[in-house]
Amino acid sequence: MRKKLSKVLMKGNEAIGEGAVRAGCRYFFGYPITPQSELPHYLAKRLPEENGVYLQSESETSAINMVYGAAGAGSRVMTSSSGPGISLMQEGISYIAGAELPCVIVNMMRGGPGLGNIAPAQSDYLQAVKGGGHGDYFVVCIAPASVQEIIDFMYDAFDIADKYFTPVMVLADGILGQMMEPVEFKENQEMELPEKPWAANGKRGRESKNIINSLYIVPEDLEEHNFKLKDKYSIIEEKEQRWEEYYTEDAELVLTAFGTSARVCKAVVDKARQEGLAVGLIRPIMVWPFPQKAFDKVIHSAKQFLTVEMNTGQMVEDVKLAVAGRRPVYFTGRPGGMLPIANDIFEEVKKLMSGGAE
Amino acid sequence: MKKVFTRPESFNDIPMHYCPGCTHGIIHRLVAETIDELNMVDRAIGVAPVGCSVFIYNYIDCDMYQASHGRAPAVATGVKRVVPDGVVFTYQGDGDMAAIGTAEIVHAAARGENITVIFVNNAVYAMTGGQMAPTTLMGQKTTTTPHGRESDANGYPVKMAEMLSTLDGSSYISRVSVHDPKNINKAKKSIKKAFEVQMENKGFTMVEVLSICPTNWGLSPKESVKWLDENMIPYYPLGEYKVPAEV
Amino acid sequence: MARVTFREERCKGCELCTLVCPKGLITMSEHINSMGFHPATITDMDKCNGCALCARMCPDLVIEVERDEKKVV
Repeated sequence: MRKKLSKVLMKGNEAIGEGAVRAGCRYFFGYPITPQSELPHYLAKRLPEENGVYLQSESETSAINMVYGAAGAGSRVMTSSSGPGISLMQEGISYIAGAELPCVIVNMMRGGPGLGNIAPAQSDYLQAVKGGGHGDYFVVCIAPASVQEIIDFMYDAFDIADKYFTPVMVLADGILGQMMEPVEFKENQEMELPEKPWAANGKRGRESKNIINSLYIVPEDLEEHNFKLKDKYSIIEEKEQRWEEYYTEDAELVLTAFGTSARVCKAVVDKARQEGLAVGLIRPIMVWPFPQKAFDKVIHSAKQFLTVEMNTGQMVEDVKLAVAGRRPVYFTGRPGGMLPIANDIFEEVKKLMSGGAE
Repeated sequence: MKKVFTRPESFNDIPMHYCPGCTHGIIHRLVAETIDELNMVDRAIGVAPVGCSVFIYNYIDCDMYQASHGRAPAVATGVKRVVPDGVVFTYQGDGDMAAIGTAEIVHAAARGENITVIFVNNAVYAMTGGQMAPTTLMGQKTTTTPHGRESDANGYPVKMAEMLSTLDGSSYISRVSVHDPKNINKAKKSIKKAFEVQMENKGFTMVEVLSICPTNWGLSPKESVKWLDENMIPYYPLGEYKVPAEV
Repeated sequence: MARVTFREERCKGCELCTLVCPKGLITMSEHINSMGFHPATITDMDKCNGCALCARMCPDLVIEVERDEKKVV
């Protein structure tokens, strides 16, 4: 056991690995892809120390199906990848959601579409928060913005997966994966989690067999299953919205950004406040469920919203839905692995606040 | 009088959805008989494919998974790594395993994944309506090769048992048939041996079972067993392709 | 002495059992079962020696076979 409560300098990708191990994850299945490689490297060494299994699969398609099997057997299991690999996993994630299995999927986003590039981006937001694969489902999606949050959120990711029997995605980008920051390992606040009597790991005296399945051949049965999932998602939407508010109490212009973009936006807010401008930031920590409540809370003072992303405008759709036409919502972003620059955003902020929106 | 033939205990007593004469029922029964004889219903964990045999999870009375198309060996890998003392098997058709699932089956075998694969080869995609399968014979008519399979357009049938037996990770590989009682007995022995090899942790095992599909072959069940004997066995020779030492 | 029991309502009339009976004792009934198939039946039970080939060939486990245990003389 490593020393607790002492600060260690860690890379984001390695922090995910250590965080997962501390959260009780003992199985990892994955396929190499940049920019998340340090995570499998770390776990290939770390998991055997805990009598866990690290297995390099033949493809992301296989990796996610290994996760399906391991999750169905009742274990804490994860995989990680980046954009193109996550696309390959979507089929499996759909089956996992349909069969109501808990697992954690890390997406260290890079530039797309297609092969795109390996530079950091937030190009997979829509894929992550709108289900992603075929069928009627959602994936809980948590977006850290620092290496410390990565560590802390790995506990949450596994706990939420086990609480609701649902796949949870950790949505970060190449910068967070590569960045080194001092981190502290805290004791996990143990959540009360349900048992897994459905786990298919051999009957072993159990009266009836367990079947891990997403097939409901009779339409009435599938409808019932879909409504059951919907009820679960409604509970998650009610209980698991998470966000950070930064100078929002009196903000007339509210920036919205997650992950790395939010770090840039904090610098923008600081600068604006120094110049006496009432600017704040809503940083969604959960991007699904989207923090609707955060927007309802600020709408009294907010006159306009500016969404900042490392893409050409994805989360801005959800911001518009949350604002629901009550205020104008603007967007600025840099795709392709380019970072939004604080000064550029600040110029945009000043333009909007002087009534100069196009 | 003594019962000399009855339903295996681990074979649920419900009507099966298969077409008349479909030999999936026989192959299911052989798996269930093996589970009974090796006294492992509490440890057995099956993975069902996408295809006609998807509902095997209803028929065999052990824990089961339903996998996405072709991915059963990957699912079985995940299960086996978490439950090393489980007796894990997949049951897959030729479309599932020899087309969309080639990467998963080849690499499960290459890793020497300690699982048993029951591979049902009936030379056709059955559930979706009789299309050409990777195992469709040359000249064989299907709904997507209306004039018979031709090499120019469709290449050649895949011989899975031969292919997988070349891999160092595979341990026991055989091809059997269930078109008559004599071969059914041999198939049973082979399936049982594959499970025994798994239980001795000797690595990847696969039994390819030639099977009939009267509905999509456009033949009666009686004509189908004859067709299998005369056409499939010459192209897909029966026998043990790989046997581990001391078995 | 042997007894073969056909679970008629499960028979899909595929006739594979008729093909493998060494004595040709199995035929298809005139009537149809609840699924609409002509179920298989045995014509002359006295001639059956309980070899169970029919049962092993049946894909739907329609057939059960019982046989006198061999008497040790």
